[in-house]
Order: sequence, then structure tokens, then C-alpha cells
Amino acid sequence: MIKVENLSKSFGSKLAVDGVSFEVGTGEVLGFLGPNGAGKSTTMRMITGFIPPSAGAVSVCGLDVQENPIEVKRRIGYLPEAAPSYTEMSVLSFLRFAAEMRGLRGEGRRSAIRRVVELCHLESVLGQTIDTLSKGFRHRTCLAQALIHDPEVLILDEPTDGLDPNQKHEVRTLIRKMGESKAIIFSTHILEEVEAACTRAIIIDRGRIVANGTPGELKARAPSGKLEDFFRSITRSDTVKEAA
Amino acid sequence: MKASWAAIWTIARRELAAYFESPVAYVFLVIFLLLSGFFTFTFGGFFERGEASLAAFFNWLPWLFLFLVPAAGMRLWSEERRLGTIELLLTMPVAAWQAIAGKFLASWLFLVVALALSFPIVVTVNWLGDPDNGVIASGYVGAALLAGTYLAISCLTSALTRNQVIAFILAVVLCLALILVGFSPLTDLLARWASPWLVEAVSKFSVLTHYDGFQKGVLDSRDLLYFLSVIAYALFATGVVIRNHRTG
Repeated sequence: MIKVENLSKSFGSKLAVDGVSFEVGTGEVLGFLGPNGAGKSTTMRMITGFIPPSAGAVSVCGLDVQENPIEVKRRIGYLPEAAPSYTEMSVLSFLRFAAEMRGLRGEGRRSAIRRVVELCHLESVLGQTIDTLSKGFRHRTCLAQALIHDPEVLILDEPTDGLDPNQKHEVRTLIRKMGESKAIIFSTHILEEVEAACTRAIIIDRGRIVANGTPGELKARAPSGKLEDFFRSITRSDTVKEAA
Repeated sequence: MKASWAAIWTIARRELAAYFESPVAYVFLVIFLLLSGFFTFTFGGFFERGEASLAAFFNWLPWLFLFLVPAAGMRLWSEERRLGTIELLLTMPVAAWQAIAGKFLASWLFLVVALALSFPIVVTVNWLGDPDNGVIASGYVGAALLAGTYLAISCLTSALTRNQVIAFILAVVLCLALILVGFSPLTDLLARWASPWLVEAVSKFSVLTHYDGFQKGVLDSRDLLYFLSVIAYALFATGVVIRNHRTG
């Protein structure tokens, strides 16, 4: 479904993503792990077509992102980092806008909105301005936007960031459930999330993939059998990087 | 084709709603109508002119719009960048040019509505005298094109920065430059030492030169072409700026 080949991105002289390759098929949930600034968001932005790669290629459902950007965008649902939304709009009008941008009209639009409102538990805030919502609701509003056209591919950049433990649990469950019929990539800092929701995980550090395997395989590679220890052994923190 | 217009229209509708969901639209409309009325009836010498025309109103518009149009357009792209919604918008199945066109058209429509709300002046003139309504109509067409030109420039400066104040100031400066190259106190100064053809060539780039044609009731295709090409150029440049941000 998603095929990333030798993807690189440089900003000026800084190489943010350096020759990353991987594939995600339908029914797979790929966890994207790595320290801050490792290149997770940049990689996701290249998959969604928001920024063009410096080198390499991405294809989604067999379509090249650079050659068929619009067709690819139709097939992807995307939750950007920090879950931006038009804060002066109400939740309902924001979802209507997202639905119409996805070509949904009339009854199709209404049923799509009903579905995501139920999935993301937005019933109680539908008429409220996004400005006035708590972080959790804002986050779920943006997630609802990503799901509105029931896409084949989901790219979620830190989907559980800013949620309380109950909400985190729900989003994880939702991701796992949707993962049965979709191809999903999501990034996170929370290692338990990988074990809870992913079929496979990639650890990325300074733009390169340093590990790729099922959560069980990765855990087994640390002497202690803990994912956290393995993560720490192969990635470097911001502070170490600066000293180097 | 149909789908691409649908997307442009969806974006434009959202943008229009954004004007009216915040106080921006109402503040803008009230200030525009107050100031345009004030200028028309005081500095414009509406009554002292002794003629039934809207010249007193139209003469002040290039100066009034110089501040009001950048104020209406400054948020178009800088706000998208500040909120991060540009990432949502450009990962939806639309091309960047559709987003640019949709946002521009919405704001232009809003400015045209503001212009249309100045109709009491037209009614007054018709009630007091017997004006040439053809000239008034062409004056309005010129005013709408002028607003569109300033707006396209504001779009461009708004794409350059996530700071609305900077976008506003840059747009005012650029629009002012487009006025001043044809502003007679300045061109007269230039004429003292430059050859007449140079003065004329420079003033050809001014919005005033082309705006004046419409105010005389002359619908010249060259004036129309001037405004439309400045709009097209500024919007094209907006597209380049937006693409460059993403390329990094």
C-alpha cells in the first residue's frame, strides 16, 4: 500500500531524512519511533505529498506521490503534528468543510460526519467553536477530519499527544481496529503504545532507520527484554547530539 | 473541471465564513463605509463640485483601499501558516493553485460586497441630480479591479510570512509604490529632469493611470489587461512562494 524507497530530504545543508526505505501493507499498523528531530514528521510529510523529497520516491496504492499528488491525497487520511484546525469554525462546520473537500455531498456527507463523530466521541461539542475546546477535543476533531473519507491509508503524526490516559487508550484501540482493513503509519514517543497497537515498528534516528521489526523482535534484542532499553541503546538523545 | 471548481468554491466558502464568523468583516465594513462617506463629503467636496457624479467618492478609493485591502488580505496565508492548517489544506486533494484561487476569490467577493454597500451615495447623487450612471458603473468596475489588484499583492505578502503585521506593512508599501509611480505631484517632479517618454513609461505601471480611465467612463481593454495581469502575476508569485516553503 505504502512503499517508501530511498527517501531523503535535506533542508539546506542539514540532512533530515537519509535514505529511508520501508513498506506498509493493508492490515498493518506501523509504529514510527525515534527521538525528537529524528525525521519522523518530515518522512510523514513526504508520504502525504506536503513536502517533496530531495531524493527517492514514495508510492501509495501503486501511485507515485510526485506524479499523481491529487490521486494519492484522495487515498490518504492525515493527522498532522499538533493537530491543527481552523479554530474559528465550529466542529460541525469544520467537518463539513473536510467532507466537501473530499468530494462528499448530501447524504454521503451527512453519514460520513455521523460516523466520525461517533468514532471520535464529538457528539457533545458539535456546535462549539474549536477555539473553546480542550486539547483532547481539538485533537479528536482533527483526527475525525482524517477519517472522514474512510481512507485506505492513514498517516497519523503523534495521534495520542495531549490526550489523557483514557483517551489514549481509546485512540490506540481505534487504531488497532482500523488497522485490520487499512495501512496505517503512526508516530509516537510512547513505547507502550507500540506494543499495544502496532504490528511492526521502525526506529529512526538522525534520519536513518536503525531498527525494523515486530515489537516482540525489537524487545528481544535488548538484554533486559524491554523495548525502552533497546530504544535507548540504539538512539541518541538531543543533548548527546549537541555535544557530539 | 467541475470537480476543480467545486474544490475552489468549497475553499472560498470557508474563507468567506471565516470573515463573518470573526469580527473582521463587520469592523471592516463599518470602517470602510464611515471613511469613504467621510472622504466623499468632506475632502472630496461632494456638494461643492456642483456636478452629479461619484468622482468625490472614487478619487479617494485608491488611498482608502491602500490600508483597508491589505488589512482584509493579510491573514489569508500567514494565518494558515501560523495555525499549521496549511498542512491540512495542502494534503487534501486539491492543487495549490486551487487553494490560492479560492482564497483570493472569497476575499475579492467580500471587498466587492463592501463596495456595493456604498450604494446610498449612488442613490443620493441620483436623487439630487442627473448623473451619468454609465460612468458610475464603469467607476465601480475600476474600483473592483483596483481592490483585486491590492488584494492579490496582499496575498503574496501574506504567503511570505506567518506574521500578519509584516504582511500588512509589506502590502501597503508595494501598493503605495504602484500608486506613486503615477501620482501627479511625483511624476511632475520627475518630469523636471527626465524626458517625457520616461515619465510616461513609468506612470504606465501605476494603478492610478489605469484606474482613471474607468473613472472617466472609458472601458479600455488595456486598462483591464493591466489589472488582470498584475493580479495573475501576484497570485502566480504566491504559488511560487508557497511551493518554496514546502521545498525547504
